[in-house]
Amino acid sequence: MSMPEIMSRRDFLKKTTATAGLTLSVSMLSAQHAFAAQGAASEALAPNVFINIAEDGIVNITCHRSEMGQQIRTAIAQIIADELDADWDKINVIQALGDPKYGDQNTDGSRSIRRNLDRLQLASATAATMLKQAAAKGWGVDAASCHCENHQVVHTPSGRKADFATLVAVAASLPVPEEATVTVKEKSKYKYVGKPVASIDLPAVVSGNTTYGQDVELDGMLVAVIVRPPVMFTSPKSVDDSKAKQVKGVKHIITLPAAKAPAVFNPLGGVAVIAESTWAAMQGANALDIEWTSNEHSDYNHDDEKAALIASAQKGGEVVRTKGDAKKALSEAETLMEATYFVPMLAQAPMEPPAATAVVNGDKVEIWACTQHPQAARSNVAGALGIAEENVTVNVTLLGGGFGRKSKPDYVAEAAILAKQVGAPVKLVWRREDDIQHGYYHAVSAQHIKAVQDENGNTTTWHHCTAFPSISSTFAPGVDMPSGGELDLGFIDNPFDVANMQLEKGKAVNHVRIGWLRSVCNVFHAFAIQSFADELAHAAGKDSKAHLLQLIGPGRIIDLTAEKAEPGNYGESLEKYPVDTTRLINVIERVTKMAKWDDRKKEGRFLGLAAHRSFVSYTATVVEVVVNEDGTWSIPKTYVSIDPGTIVNPEHVRAQCEGGSIFGLSCAMGQITATDGAVEQSNFHNYTVARMQHAPKEIEVDIVESDAPPAGVGEPPTPPFAPALANALFAATGQRIRELPIPMRLTKNS
Amino acid sequence: MQITINGKQHDYDGDPAMPLLWFIRDDLKMKGTKYGCGMALCGACTVHVEGNAVRACQFPMSGAAGKSVTTIEGLDKDHAHPLQIAWAEENVPQCGYCQSGQIMQAASLLSANPSPSDEDIERGMSGNICRCGTYPRIRCAIKKVAEAGK
Repeated sequence: MSMPEIMSRRDFLKKTTATAGLTLSVSMLSAQHAFAAQGAASEALAPNVFINIAEDGIVNITCHRSEMGQQIRTAIAQIIADELDADWDKINVIQALGDPKYGDQNTDGSRSIRRNLDRLQLASATAATMLKQAAAKGWGVDAASCHCENHQVVHTPSGRKADFATLVAVAASLPVPEEATVTVKEKSKYKYVGKPVASIDLPAVVSGNTTYGQDVELDGMLVAVIVRPPVMFTSPKSVDDSKAKQVKGVKHIITLPAAKAPAVFNPLGGVAVIAESTWAAMQGANALDIEWTSNEHSDYNHDDEKAALIASAQKGGEVVRTKGDAKKALSEAETLMEATYFVPMLAQAPMEPPAATAVVNGDKVEIWACTQHPQAARSNVAGALGIAEENVTVNVTLLGGGFGRKSKPDYVAEAAILAKQVGAPVKLVWRREDDIQHGYYHAVSAQHIKAVQDENGNTTTWHHCTAFPSISSTFAPGVDMPSGGELDLGFIDNPFDVANMQLEKGKAVNHVRIGWLRSVCNVFHAFAIQSFADELAHAAGKDSKAHLLQLIGPGRIIDLTAEKAEPGNYGESLEKYPVDTTRLINVIERVTKMAKWDDRKKEGRFLGLAAHRSFVSYTATVVEVVVNEDGTWSIPKTYVSIDPGTIVNPEHVRAQCEGGSIFGLSCAMGQITATDGAVEQSNFHNYTVARMQHAPKEIEVDIVESDAPPAGVGEPPTPPFAPALANALFAATGQRIRELPIPMRLTKNS
Repeated sequence: MQITINGKQHDYDGDPAMPLLWFIRDDLKMKGTKYGCGMALCGACTVHVEGNAVRACQFPMSGAAGKSVTTIEGLDKDHAHPLQIAWAEENVPQCGYCQSGQIMQAASLLSANPSPSDEDIERGMSGNICRCGTYPRIRCAIKKVAEAGK
């Protein structure tokens, strides 16, 4: 891999010595630029909330999406710098506060580029238009005869040039043009978009000069740790805090009100220890002796839940998509194939556990938090303290991973409540144990699939029931069925070309807070569908790839509504983002070519294949495994082909395909279970995640070049990994894996 | 007790059982060394004590007394240690939270074994978790520095 473009070694040295904090600069800029975009400078050109060009020509770019490793701060800078043709060394990226004026800021659902590329291009082109108008006015020429080039406006026919800095004051006095009159660049003229521009945060990260939520430091700040109820919605029956009070540095011990259903983003209650240091708060929390109440969730046990879910999936439920007559075909079939798949709960476990810092001043609150959802953090704090949202300022730090956990701002409200109560700034930190034991979990699930094959081994009937406690149960009482939005996640858009298809949802109740984790229900839906497709291939004596392509059938747009389905399609229209099997077939062909699929047997390699549409992108993955004599296995190589439509930075896409695959591996390795309502795992010794020795040694990524509208990137590489791995392990051992986690040691029986 | 951090001497008279991590983060306000698990399971807090990688979250102040400690901030005065440069060239970090610890661990690995095999790298780095999944790039960056040092 070569060094990312637009960053030389000299630049690197220069940039690593620059100071970087919450408002991270790409070159050594003075602090005043950070304020320019907040509206302090009157002479600046600020035609919209995303761009503020200061008097000295520095382009301040406000990033309204949270940075959690996807390099959105760089991608947004690329989009905006491109339309202006700005000099990359004269831009400055500012992290937005939580504010509806930016539009949606909830950084999940793989939609930062999908939903913002067009509007940010337009926002930047608007600023460019005003600069061109200012120059044209001065030169007495037509603005249409000018263009932006390297931080200047150029009169194209004469070659006359003016620096942005000299145009800002005049441009700022012009009316902001109507959107309809603004034109954006042609793709062929992109300077930054589509290029592997190095991340603006790289120098700060490799020098440790970064501020995440856990790193916030304020004068006079206290640190809080909360011991939360082991069972959801229980509360302390008795609290013995005598030992905790003796810990040096402990200042306050506060029992919080119990939480009630529905959980929403409300704090879970428990007992808070607030101290002068993190160590004192943690020591104090450990010294608490608490007896807890019990409730209906105290009977929740993993094994019972698993049996109930499997029974629900096998029984079948409400029909959500139907074509032909699957029930009839199944009842008339001489033989049918069927299998049940089970995937346990998972925790997001971002490397940085949740943290938030709050300062309460009268009826005003200022927050610093590693949040994926700054606006929800703001409204959650306002609601918790009973104040107006306008009185809450939410500063967004860097996020040490998010994976969905940090979209739920329960911890931000906790910080605000405690800061108000003790009358001092409070940093509320979650310990790893808190994160693993009191999360918003990826739902446990069971699925049952039945299929009928004809005499040629072609599948004619597909019947699939999915059962899992719904995310909606976290937000509304009495929910015991998956929601439409969850069925959209790799279930309802099943791409198979069969005469009879019936998709059903089964009942399931929740006993913990159910949340979302990178790619959400796609994890278990892809696992079941792509594993069962491989089972059908084996039953028919066919090559897995050839069979999968046959099952998908011809390239076509699937009309889901004709099959009585109601797809939400990730919030996108089916016209703009159809279910297009041509693109799915294409990534299968490309990934298998890259992996030399057809040569695998003569080369003695064991490969598994899976392909999946999610977040309106198409991904196919081939995993290669080696199974040792003792049944242990490893992954020498993984191949990913992705078609996410238009992209902004191929390096980012490649990195997400690598990381998303390894996240998918972790999904196949870990599990969260509960006994008597309490989560059993507590830290990385018993919640297994992929380490270097488990991960593929190498991941080869292929990105389909496309002019299609931008689609998701952060999540789509995750779902196909587990089934591709399970299929590879079947190829190597003959053992079919229908349940996650996959044992680290298999029995070799073929 | 006295403790030297990145060449600078500090006095400490608090709880000798307090992990070094909190002295670095809370007392000295140096935030490059991260908290990830508190149980020496993830490696986000890796620093060097007398040149050897340790998990600061489980390393008591008493053990650091009179010793010389290096954190990510002090690995190289220009933040241009060959590993830091390789990390940028290979575009290793995603969220970045674990990377201080990864770099400190890799630096310790390479000083003990300048030409590690793939297995040596896996063994040496197995205690450092990255949830973003940057392992293949970490491996490449370490190999690149090892190659350059030959």
